[in-house]
Amino acid sequence: MAEFKVAPADAPVGVKLMTWVDNRFPATKMYKEHLSEYYAPKNFNFWYFFGSLALLVLVIQIVTGIFLVMHYKPDAALAFASVEYIMRDVPWGWLVRYMHSTGASAFFVVVYLHMFRGLLYGSYRSPRELVWIFGCAIFLCLMAEAFMGYLLPWGQMSYWGAQVIVNLFSAIPFVGPDLSLLIRGDYVVGDATLNRFFSFHVIAVPLILLGLVVAHIIALHEVGSNNPDGIEIKANKDANGIPLDGIPFHPYYSVHDIMGVAGFLTIFTAIIFFAPELGGYFLEYNNFIPADPLKTPPHIAPVWYFTPFYSMLRATTDDMVTVLCGIIGVAAVLTFLKGNIANPAKKVGVLVGAAVAIFLLKTFDAKFWGVIVMGASVVIMVFLPWLDRSPVKSIRYRPDWHKYVYAVFVVFFFILGWLGIEPPSAVKTLVSQVGTLFYFGFFLLMPWWSQQGTFKKVPDRVTFEAH
Amino acid sequence: MKRLIACVLAALTFVGTAFANEGGPAWDKFPKERVSDNASLQNGAKLFVNYCLNCHSAAYMRYNRLKDIGLTDDQIKKNLMFAGEKVGDQMKVALDPKQAKQWFGATPPDLSVIARSRAGANGSGADYLYTYLRTFYRDDTRPTGWNNRVFPSVGMPHVLWELQGQQRAVYKTEKAEGEHGGGHEASHEVFAGFEQITPGKMNAAEYNSNVADLVAYLQWMGEPVQNFRFRLGVVVVLFMALFTVIAWRLNAAFWKDVK
Repeated sequence: MAEFKVAPADAPVGVKLMTWVDNRFPATKMYKEHLSEYYAPKNFNFWYFFGSLALLVLVIQIVTGIFLVMHYKPDAALAFASVEYIMRDVPWGWLVRYMHSTGASAFFVVVYLHMFRGLLYGSYRSPRELVWIFGCAIFLCLMAEAFMGYLLPWGQMSYWGAQVIVNLFSAIPFVGPDLSLLIRGDYVVGDATLNRFFSFHVIAVPLILLGLVVAHIIALHEVGSNNPDGIEIKANKDANGIPLDGIPFHPYYSVHDIMGVAGFLTIFTAIIFFAPELGGYFLEYNNFIPADPLKTPPHIAPVWYFTPFYSMLRATTDDMVTVLCGIIGVAAVLTFLKGNIANPAKKVGVLVGAAVAIFLLKTFDAKFWGVIVMGASVVIMVFLPWLDRSPVKSIRYRPDWHKYVYAVFVVFFFILGWLGIEPPSAVKTLVSQVGTLFYFGFFLLMPWWSQQGTFKKVPDRVTFEAH
Repeated sequence: MKRLIACVLAALTFVGTAFANEGGPAWDKFPKERVSDNASLQNGAKLFVNYCLNCHSAAYMRYNRLKDIGLTDDQIKKNLMFAGEKVGDQMKVALDPKQAKQWFGATPPDLSVIARSRAGANGSGADYLYTYLRTFYRDDTRPTGWNNRVFPSVGMPHVLWELQGQQRAVYKTEKAEGEHGGGHEASHEVFAGFEQITPGKMNAAEYNSNVADLVAYLQWMGEPVQNFRFRLGVVVVLFMALFTVIAWRLNAAFWKDVK
């Protein structure tokens, strides 16, 4: 316990009050640790706005969500009408609802950019592995949160989107049908599903999300922020132990983030007021038709933020599974012949492992492997800290061709996203299969390619030009 | 970095609209400016309660919301309400959905948000409705005697036929190029336009204008707050833009110290 302090008798009331509080709760200590004496690198650029913006959107979603729950009815017979009631009869209800629906998409925009920043500057590398893993868990929660929230308006897309995704779980061997029944609480998506998704959406997942956000920030403030140069600023400290390239978060980054918030809100409000549907991307047109279990829409597409992963699921056809078997086979034989594994037992193990994998791939339905591919496409990001073996963190000091690899990765991610919205065709499926192979190749071959090439010299101090 | 951003932007151009091309006939452009014109909306409301609100409900729309388009409670009660409802009531209909399904093959959908739901690759929901209500034609093979260009085999008869008159679809035969070379020449019918059979109470221009008013009303009813939303949006976005400039200068003032 900290030493009990006594404020001088003639101290101002504010000082006396804070002394009283600090003797009982570490308010000043926390304020210093996380704001006024949290030293962040001074060379943050544009990409560093998106962490604080994600926090802003989280607050927007929680506050607007609280007001929506006051008027929304989680009942299959009333849900659609209650949303229209919010849009028409609740004072300012339309604004609250548009903030929430636009906020959902905005959340994914800022989180994708936030994650991409981590990729660019190697922010997940040691000692920030846990910051990254908590972040990945936040992303998973966010996906669950968005998926379950999307059912609540009870429109056609809400209903059939949920039907399709929950049905995916039934492809899991042995437990699948029971598992999907457990998720739905019924044999088709129905009132029971709506009620449990509502419960998860408004309380269960947000609680986990908030806990993870706190863990994410605590872990970050423990190790300190990375920066666009990928240099540890704690390696160069002044006589007082303050990093030479660090500046206090408050006021420098608080005022900097306010600028980011202002820019973000300009775009955010422009969408809310002028294009809340954003051409059918943020609010799908079909979702203005009440859910009808007897009428399947001709084309069911998830909301844009799921489509890259959904594309990879659809890409996993029987042919794709055969290709995967071929790749595994060739990789195993090459490892056996050329790989520098000394132990002969291990060498045989590689072949046996590959044979088992190929057997399993061919035994179970491609639909199941599609689910696995989709899951793996998200989960694989957790392993980035160990997949990336580049001697430098930041892309600034990597060989130029690494930048092109990242660029192709981004382009494929967008193409996969676009294909996930489109109805499938032979050519589109082929493109999505190539995209899927590139996506996984990018991650799985990273231990090899991230070490290749001529790396530039990393400077000792961050590059910064005074404003 | 700049290259990366350029690539992202290039990729974005792939993404046109959220919807696949649905094919079918092109939709005519609805004259959008009518949605912010109260006279048009009032005429549309009149047409709506007279022609649509017998079979279709607008169950999320209250009569007194029509005050937003410049009507008074009295005007609404006298001119637009016929069955003794209260002015705060929602626009519901007495039609039994089961019977309706028997008569038309499908229950007439609620029209509260119809304009929002019908958008697609061919245009906005209003474009669709504007085309739909003008392309009914006589077709004796249908139970109602009517068919529609953008909604083939539609269950709904042409409710506005008195106003438009009757028209029939004219097709011309187009010979396909003889790719098969097997002797038989494939040919198919191509839609060539409409031909007026009997005149309506209105000429074509008047009819189009009235349908535009009706669609303007449907579009407005889909989101009665939309005109206010646009006006408020201008103020909010301008404020945010101004605030961005202030935040930018404030940031610069603080960051002067950072060397």
